[in-house]
Amino acid sequence: MTLKTRLLAGAALIAIAGAAHAESHAMMEHPETGEKLAADQTFTYRVLDEFPSIDPNLIEDVEGSAIGRNLFEGLMNQDEKGEVVPGVATGYEVSEDGMTYTFTLRDDAKWSNGEPVTAKDFVYSWQRAADPATASEYQWYMGLMKIANVDEVIAGDKEPSELGVKAVDDHTLEVTLSQPLPYFPQMVTHTTTFPVPQSVIEEHGDAWTQPGNMVSNGAYVLEDRVPQEYITLKKNPEYWDAENVIIEEVKALIINDENQALTRYLAGEFDQTDVPAGQFPRLAEEYPAQAISVPNLCTYYYNLNVSDSGPEALKDPKVREALYLAIDRDVVVDNVVAGGQKPAYTLTHWATAGFEVPAVEAAQMTQQERNAKAQELLAEAGYGKDGEPLSFDLLYNTSESHKQVATAIGQMWKQTLGVEISMANMEWQTFLEERHNKNYEIARAGWCADYNEASSFLDIMDSGSSYNDSGFNNADYDGLLAEAKTAEDPLPLYTQAEEILTQEFPILPIYHYATVFMMDDAIKGYPLENAQDNWYAKDLYRVAAE
Amino acid sequence: MLNYVLRRVAVAIPTLLLLIVISFALMYAAPGGPFNSERPLPAQVMANIEARYGLDQPYWKQMFDYVWNVVVHFDFGPSFQYRDRTVNDVIAQGFPVTLTYGFWSFIVALVVGVSLGAAAAIRHNSWLDYLAVGISIGAQVLPNFVMAPILVLVFTLWLGWLPGGGWQGGQIEYVILPVIALSTSYMASIARITRSSMLEVLNAGFIRTARAKGLPTSRIILRHALKPTMLPVLSYLGPAFVGMITGSVIIDVFFSTGGIGQFFVNSAFNRDYSVIMGITILVGVLTVLFNLVVDLLYAWIDPKIRY
Repeated sequence: MTLKTRLLAGAALIAIAGAAHAESHAMMEHPETGEKLAADQTFTYRVLDEFPSIDPNLIEDVEGSAIGRNLFEGLMNQDEKGEVVPGVATGYEVSEDGMTYTFTLRDDAKWSNGEPVTAKDFVYSWQRAADPATASEYQWYMGLMKIANVDEVIAGDKEPSELGVKAVDDHTLEVTLSQPLPYFPQMVTHTTTFPVPQSVIEEHGDAWTQPGNMVSNGAYVLEDRVPQEYITLKKNPEYWDAENVIIEEVKALIINDENQALTRYLAGEFDQTDVPAGQFPRLAEEYPAQAISVPNLCTYYYNLNVSDSGPEALKDPKVREALYLAIDRDVVVDNVVAGGQKPAYTLTHWATAGFEVPAVEAAQMTQQERNAKAQELLAEAGYGKDGEPLSFDLLYNTSESHKQVATAIGQMWKQTLGVEISMANMEWQTFLEERHNKNYEIARAGWCADYNEASSFLDIMDSGSSYNDSGFNNADYDGLLAEAKTAEDPLPLYTQAEEILTQEFPILPIYHYATVFMMDDAIKGYPLENAQDNWYAKDLYRVAAE
Repeated sequence: MLNYVLRRVAVAIPTLLLLIVISFALMYAAPGGPFNSERPLPAQVMANIEARYGLDQPYWKQMFDYVWNVVVHFDFGPSFQYRDRTVNDVIAQGFPVTLTYGFWSFIVALVVGVSLGAAAAIRHNSWLDYLAVGISIGAQVLPNFVMAPILVLVFTLWLGWLPGGGWQGGQIEYVILPVIALSTSYMASIARITRSSMLEVLNAGFIRTARAKGLPTSRIILRHALKPTMLPVLSYLGPAFVGMITGSVIIDVFFSTGGIGQFFVNSAFNRDYSVIMGITILVGVLTVLFNLVVDLLYAWIDPKIRY
């Protein structure tokens, strides 16, 4: 069964080399780079909102996931580029049919109470995550992992113990899948799959995540937490690689207002904060070493309602293409959102691992050419300046920046195509319901990848996807995606799928997101090339002021 | 008097029940739900979550269970949004914070507002009057969402005297800016009400009599004018006090204080039903309570009022 062995030897060697250098706290220089380290090794950053949960099986938000990755460690971690590197597992083997993964766990991994981390901890955690009684929203993610029997367990038709994961011995974890999943190792870097301490959960119940109760296996332990104010993590001395962990304390401050956060950042209260919309150009000029823009695996697009409830005009692909072409994306990214985002002519984010953006025709044209073609198409369809007048409702969720984008695009459509746009905004929950029920004509949407692979984007336009609010239904498209799931090299299939989207235009991609933030330039080691922004405080360090 | 209090409490109970029923209905009428997110959950996952929180029960049963748990067990249920916590936890953590900055804001607003208003009235049409009116109008036109960022800009970024946010268990340097931001506009209203009320009182016959008797001005003001002046101020203070101690989302958002104002607004956006209900009930109870207190104070101040 074990034919393809992928021991992640290179990364393991680096870890060993690092360990040889380390001299714990007395260390005044970084063991690898030789930079002089600051005496104060703390990292304090701002988050928008209180974490719904810090229980790995329940975590559902990006900011909570960052806390989860610092408190706990899964089978695999990500490096500074987002590539999979060993975590609790030193490596894995995959069977020839791609259906069985066997992870080898390191024998020095420990919980913060000193007990060893074993394969049983993972089995317990995965069963708990899928158990209907846990009622985790991230059961959908467990479903995505295609672990054998997972759907039946979630549905309550099988016991959690029948989930396709078992501890062969203390240091060997075997996972059986219901179908091959080439990116499975990437999926176990996600917090839902992290181990949780059974004895502690059984002792404290829901209160196990409180400071004082929580036991974790990551580079940090929970020190203190005041809801809506802050959370503090302290270095975990029991962590297997503790001697290479430089940052002693990690603190997240919950500050709802981003402008207020920026003022406090500039006053020197903390090390990292988001840049409010539209302020990046100014900040980049004033603080070039601190204002940072990195790709973020999300795509901003408009849904066109092509279902039966949609307007008649949108049923014509020519009209949809005209709308697609008449958006001047350079104006949107340079003058409206202005934070290092990139124009999007296709759905999948350009920074997605193993993906190349297809060279679609529209992307090669100038905006004048696109506008000319758009006018031509609209005239052919019988609408536009000389034809039947067109008007659409454009729906977006209430937010200043969505409004700015909608205003700009509405203006472009009016000027180029003579299409009248009436804008409407709705509060988030109402917006989601209206869009999902297809009570709209054109609606704003954004999608962020769940894992760093193109299918995480393309799957949303599958006819069976619950996020396919356009009502797009294309058998060829669905077929390509199904085929890609097991293909040795899925890239050509993804390219074809993208091409279908740029022939049918059920959605209008607008831009690929970037994350823009301010960070103290003394903080080093932040994974700026990890497009999912999955950072680990154990990789950070603060250099001394010169 | 005791009779009156008992009667008021008896009326309060159906009032609160009505509040619960109406809030419950409005909450359920709003589109979406606590577990609706951008990515609709698979039906089975949603069913598991609804079963766990009792959302699969009929509407009337959910409401009945809720009221039962609140009244009998004083249990406001688990938060739907913050999975690690119950509503009791949320309130226990947030309300003391809100109470602290709300109480001090109230004291500041009352003391400064009444002094300013009284001074303006006593020195009517003098520079002191114009100054006081100017200050209170200035404070009124600077709402706290403008005030808060300005305070942080000045005291944190420029002067570096005070932290720009956080609570740290209510240490004094963390309380000052929220109190200033919250109290100013209340202070301005109190000053204006006090001024006009006192002007009216000072022109009243009994004050003229007091003056004619040759009483010293300080005695006239403190002994005779102040109490009747406070009547209209008092009717403003009741709701204002409840407003301040039940939190201001602006203060919580701008100063990261962790009070319940923030939880209240977030819960509405997140459709966190149990937190919405818990805080609504809290605010409802406090409103009823302080309206009663104000009415009793009326009787103390104005001997003509008898219950």
